[in-house]
Amino acid sequence: MKLRVFLKFFSCQWLIVLILGGSFISAAEIRVLNWQGYGTDESWALEMFKERTGIEVVHDYFNSEQEMLTKLRTNPGVYDVVLINSAYTGQAAKEGLIEAIDTTGMVNVGDLSPSMRNDPKLVADGKTYGVAWVWGVTSFAIDRSDFKNAPNSIEALWDPSHAGRVGWRDDAVEAVQLAAIALGQDINNPSDLNAIRQKLRALKPQIRTFWSSEDEWNQFISANEFDLATYWSGSASRSKNAFGLPVEFILPKEGAIGWLDGLSIPMNVPNRNEAKAFINFMIDPDFYVKWDTEVGAPTSANAKAVSMLPPDAFNRTTFSDSKKVANVQFMGPMEDGLREKIVELWQETKTYFQN
Amino acid sequence: MNQRAAILSLITPAYLWLALTILLPLSAMLYYSFLSDVPIGNREVSWTTENYRTFFEKAFYSELMLRSFKLGAEVTSICLLLGFPCALALAKSIRGRTKEALFLLIILPFWSNALVRIFSWTMVLRGNGILEYSINWLLPGTGPLDLMFTYPAILLGLVHSYLPYMILTCYISIDAIDNQLLEAARSLGAGKLTILFRLIVPLALPGIVAGSFLIFIPVIGSFMEPRLLGGRNGTFIGTIIEDQFTAVFNWPLGAALSFIMMGLVLLILFGFSPLVRRLK
Repeated sequence: MKLRVFLKFFSCQWLIVLILGGSFISAAEIRVLNWQGYGTDESWALEMFKERTGIEVVHDYFNSEQEMLTKLRTNPGVYDVVLINSAYTGQAAKEGLIEAIDTTGMVNVGDLSPSMRNDPKLVADGKTYGVAWVWGVTSFAIDRSDFKNAPNSIEALWDPSHAGRVGWRDDAVEAVQLAAIALGQDINNPSDLNAIRQKLRALKPQIRTFWSSEDEWNQFISANEFDLATYWSGSASRSKNAFGLPVEFILPKEGAIGWLDGLSIPMNVPNRNEAKAFINFMIDPDFYVKWDTEVGAPTSANAKAVSMLPPDAFNRTTFSDSKKVANVQFMGPMEDGLREKIVELWQETKTYFQN
Repeated sequence: MNQRAAILSLITPAYLWLALTILLPLSAMLYYSFLSDVPIGNREVSWTTENYRTFFEKAFYSELMLRSFKLGAEVTSICLLLGFPCALALAKSIRGRTKEALFLLIILPFWSNALVRIFSWTMVLRGNGILEYSINWLLPGTGPLDLMFTYPAILLGLVHSYLPYMILTCYISIDAIDNQLLEAARSLGAGKLTILFRLIVPLALPGIVAGSFLIFIPVIGSFMEPRLLGGRNGTFIGTIIEDQFTAVFNWPLGAALSFIMMGLVLLILFGFSPLVRRLK
């Protein structure tokens, strides 16, 4: 009996020594801030990255761009890499939240499509504040079991035959921009906010509930709460490939919201070189091809990586067809005044939604 | 003199603690509520009363405030209707082991995390969920209930969360009523209803008032239950305030809305104060 206790104690001690030792030996640990389940936290990718560089990666998550900016503002010197939608990169740079990245030595940067690498939303005064990572569109996805034929118009969200079966993201800017697409307005500078207000109010009988994260979206679809719901192109392919949900992403004839996501390095970064190594790995074709084929991803900004996808991949077929993406409007930076108006419009609309 | 020093040394820690945990954060929020922007990073901020004016200029804020107060009043009333009889039975009719067991059952929900409780309600309430399945199994052909993402679903979740407060506060004041008083009333010919409304309810009023405020105040500011159970119908002043802090990053407006809500609650408390004073 005594021997057993002793052995138990002994093995516990060894475990502690191993754990402590492990954390001392490991070279470095970087902290990444991103949406949950958005590529950077794939466990196989982190293993692959650790094998190549010896660097450990830990994550912290956000549920809205504003939350991400808040986390950067209130936790300086905590994060090494942050994902920023390029529409917000300029604001983050101006506020002094992120640093200019010296991309020399990041070998994969050379393979990025020049138009995205040098996108004026990411590059200011010749300085790179965000490395173009992936791009995609926001419109909506359908549960195929609830549709005979896939719709080709954004008006499906307003179709009375799906009353009470629509999922919508509780985000002011996205809501207003989707209505702007439906009305043929400029998403970055809508000409008629009153028409948008009426269009959004017409959603009252349609919306089942609001979703705020990809995980929540998948749960609502599998619990059969939605027939169709607003969604992001990369997430839709993930829901299909990784979670086996009967989901189809729709690129409406009226157009969709385009976005370009970049990876940035916060000001006062604790591990700059490790952060750059991680960003370089994130745009590596080895990572991207596996991510898209086995899990599901938006379209890589790395042209070489996209060309290495199987010929029938959604990201090669749909998004290389210039006719289909002709109506996609890319999200740009937004004036604070307009953003405030949009936020207020959305809150007023949500009040109107109450029975 | 010595006694005064003793009293002072005894109460100082409590007041220091209150100042540190309540006054300090509250005054920080009061300070924010008069700023034009959040003073973090390289932002220029100035003093303004605009955040308070916004509330009065945009009709939908007061509409949501009213909606939240209505929710608070409804949840409190339902809790009172369910909790008071429960407390009465526990205090005056049930004795011994059964009482202990029942108390345990009442406190049990407090042992689990509030978020977990609400998520389990979503499993029970949703279409083809546990509730719908059981009802259709008992009474075939009832069809879908469609309770999820409705106002009643929010009521259900909130009543479940806050009912124990009402039972416990009412129990304490009913338990303190001397049984001889009730016997005296009975011997003088008072009926059951007379005893209830002319004796027990007035004597238990401190517990009822305390329980009501313990429930009403958190419910008007609640945001988690409306968001998860209410769906499209889950927008209240609490969720709008939460939006200002998490989604919109407009802390000054969020703070101003919170202080307006607090002011209204204080007004209601003052309205009740004659009643509370009479209780003493």
